[in-house]
Amino acid sequence: MKRRITLPFAAVAVSGLLLAGCSSNNSTTNTSSASNSSTAAMAPGCEAYAPYGQLNGAAVEVYSSITGVEADAMTTVFDKFNECTGAKVKFNGNKEFEAQLPVRVEGGTAPDLAVIPQPGLLQKMVGTGAVVKAPASVEANVDKFWTADWKTYGTVGTTFYAAPMLANVKGFIWYSPKEFAAQGYTVPKTLDELWALTATMAAKGGTGADYKPWCIGFGSDAATGWPGTDWVEDLVLRVNGPATYDSWVAGKTKFNSPDIKKAFEAFGNIALNPAYVNGGLGDSASIISTTFQEGGLPILKGSCSLHHQASFYQAQWPAGTDVSPTGDVWAFMMPPNKAGDPPAVTGGGEFVAAFNDKPATAAVQTFMSSDTFANARVKLGGVISANKGLDLANVDNQLMKDAVAILQGDTTVFRFDGSDAMPAAVGAGSFWTGMNDYVSGKPLDTVLTDIDNAWPSAG
Amino acid sequence: MGSMPVMAVGSVRMGGLNADFWATNGKNLLLALVAIGAFIAVVALLLWGTELFSRLFSDKWRGGIQLFTLVSPVLILLAIGLIWPAVQTFFLSFTNVVRIPDPATGINVDQSTFVWFKNYIFAFSDPTELRTVINTLVWMFVTPILSTLVGLAYAVFIDRAKGERTLKSLVFLPVAVSLVGASIVWGFIMYDFNQTGSQTGIINALIALAGGHPINFLTADPWNTIFLIMILVWTQTGFAMVVLSAAIKGVPIELNEASALDGANAWQRFWQITVPSIRGTLVVVLTTITIATLKVFDVVRTLTQGRNGTNVIAYDMYDQFFVKDNRPLGAALAVVMFIFVVPIVVYNVRSMRKVRENH
Repeated sequence: MKRRITLPFAAVAVSGLLLAGCSSNNSTTNTSSASNSSTAAMAPGCEAYAPYGQLNGAAVEVYSSITGVEADAMTTVFDKFNECTGAKVKFNGNKEFEAQLPVRVEGGTAPDLAVIPQPGLLQKMVGTGAVVKAPASVEANVDKFWTADWKTYGTVGTTFYAAPMLANVKGFIWYSPKEFAAQGYTVPKTLDELWALTATMAAKGGTGADYKPWCIGFGSDAATGWPGTDWVEDLVLRVNGPATYDSWVAGKTKFNSPDIKKAFEAFGNIALNPAYVNGGLGDSASIISTTFQEGGLPILKGSCSLHHQASFYQAQWPAGTDVSPTGDVWAFMMPPNKAGDPPAVTGGGEFVAAFNDKPATAAVQTFMSSDTFANARVKLGGVISANKGLDLANVDNQLMKDAVAILQGDTTVFRFDGSDAMPAAVGAGSFWTGMNDYVSGKPLDTVLTDIDNAWPSAG
Repeated sequence: MGSMPVMAVGSVRMGGLNADFWATNGKNLLLALVAIGAFIAVVALLLWGTELFSRLFSDKWRGGIQLFTLVSPVLILLAIGLIWPAVQTFFLSFTNVVRIPDPATGINVDQSTFVWFKNYIFAFSDPTELRTVINTLVWMFVTPILSTLVGLAYAVFIDRAKGERTLKSLVFLPVAVSLVGASIVWGFIMYDFNQTGSQTGIINALIALAGGHPINFLTADPWNTIFLIMILVWTQTGFAMVVLSAAIKGVPIELNEASALDGANAWQRFWQITVPSIRGTLVVVLTTITIATLKVFDVVRTLTQGRNGTNVIAYDMYDQFFVKDNRPLGAALAVVMFIFVVPIVVYNVRSMRKVRENH
């Protein structure tokens, strides 16, 4: 009998240790404000936090997919908020966020706030009935600081639920300014110029081993294929225009329609041409087996010249790489279809949804939609925001400044990453696998029909 | 701000077990202790209560009453945790669920319609899904046969050999490796493939050394499924070998000696003495590995996520249900897998009972 009792106790002890191990990473919130916040007068530097009042130790959990250095930056921002308001905001980043959030919501342990990076997932969460409507203070901030497009992405049906937080800009093409100068290449102004440049590069060759103009990497474990969806989205927006893009994302324009097929073919002209890919890595078949993190690195060895990836790719260059307009690597925006077309970009962002209407939750949600938050977070580096209250002086380098200028620009046609906005069955499913099939040599018509078939039926 | 130095000293002394910890995980820990205490109390009450309660009845009834009260908690838990979800899954597999969002609030109303066998027909007619089903059958046949053959051969060869224990341990070691671990080892050390530059995967490095063309093991459709199967075979062979080795040791040595005197060679003795003697154990090993194979999820999930025609039902049903939110199809695949596994489980239990009776 004795043995039987000690076993479960040992198990509890072990799981207790595991819990302790897990928690030490997450619960790094500042404890300085925990004790006597009610007696504290307004601390210096807290003027901007006055509207949120004194929250007297109210605990708020912010759940997110953001981990690592970026999570530390979020914690730093909330430390200041905690210090000034006496709240206890706990920032909880989890790599399995997209899978775990629905589980937590269905299991009745929803967080107070969730930072959702896909409008499609936001719709799914709202669909469960667990998300509460954004308070008036949040809506006022969004009306003041964001364009109408961004507000739409946080709206489901006609109800506004979630304010945008940070943003990233997709469709950058990374290149080596040093190589461009040496070879006499210029940054293309239209898509035709880009394709012509590709042909020139293939004819001239490069300095590295197994040189091809482009290098592409789709690998991302279970999400393998997403960099390909970014390619197609950028091409649809530029070649077919924003109206077709919207109707495509909404499921009205099918993947196998001539318009969308044209965009796939434009990508295929590059990705399926053994003379154009895959610099330093092999042929088209190597696209899937190369991780997206490694996809652009052959530029440094001179094995390829061009790599299509979002602004965040800046973090992938190894330490010591000169990332500047005249350095080892830099990026230009994928050009418009024709000269004179308005600048069009795709991008992504996060949306802060609340799962209860406690005053502290509303205060934190309001804070996260404010210019104070945008400036505090962007100042710490690595990210940008489409918040119009963002001071460009807080943005850490020229590429990011350009991206903010694009986002804030009045003539810019901005569209949210299409696969993130499509239903998960397509946007996180058949679109990814379709891209993998396409570069593996499956006929395009079959690929497109397969993607369409996964679209949830409407009735 | 004023309390900062104090808190800093405090957190150093407590090594991270600060107020925040006790407020969150401390509460969980307490809850776990209470739950365990309650569990022990309930079990004790049940045992004691059954004893008292059954005393109220005559000897004739007592056995039945005790059986009923002791078994019913298990049955109730099984019904809630296993049977009810299984029934739900079964019904779900015959429906089509459409989520209709409210035009104003976006909150979904689920509308499910009965569609008979539509999901099953799709699972067996859609080329991608059909391939998944066929792959599962290939796994089911190849893995048990290969592991058992290799395990049996090894068990026979090392039987009563010098250093048998060490030789056995070597083959048994992979059994202790988790499938995710085994997949990573094989995927990145054995099967790694580079189109350019030198080969970093062991097998491809050897092929290149011998002057052959390196193979992309994970994308070479349809052989990639076989390469994935090898990983499971590697982990299951040790299990087959250990169980079969024990069975071989149970074969009376006199039988072998007598047949040797009659002029039977080693090959004949193996097929006509050893194999028939361990037939029951062979069946148990084969069926146990088949059942383990049906649940294979880890290898596919870790290495290919079902790409290049390597999908299997166990991975696809998870993918359809949770990732793609295509719940009816996921449920239908789960039922298909259940249908595959039931005859084998029944046969396995029967064979196991027979083996036990013989000993």
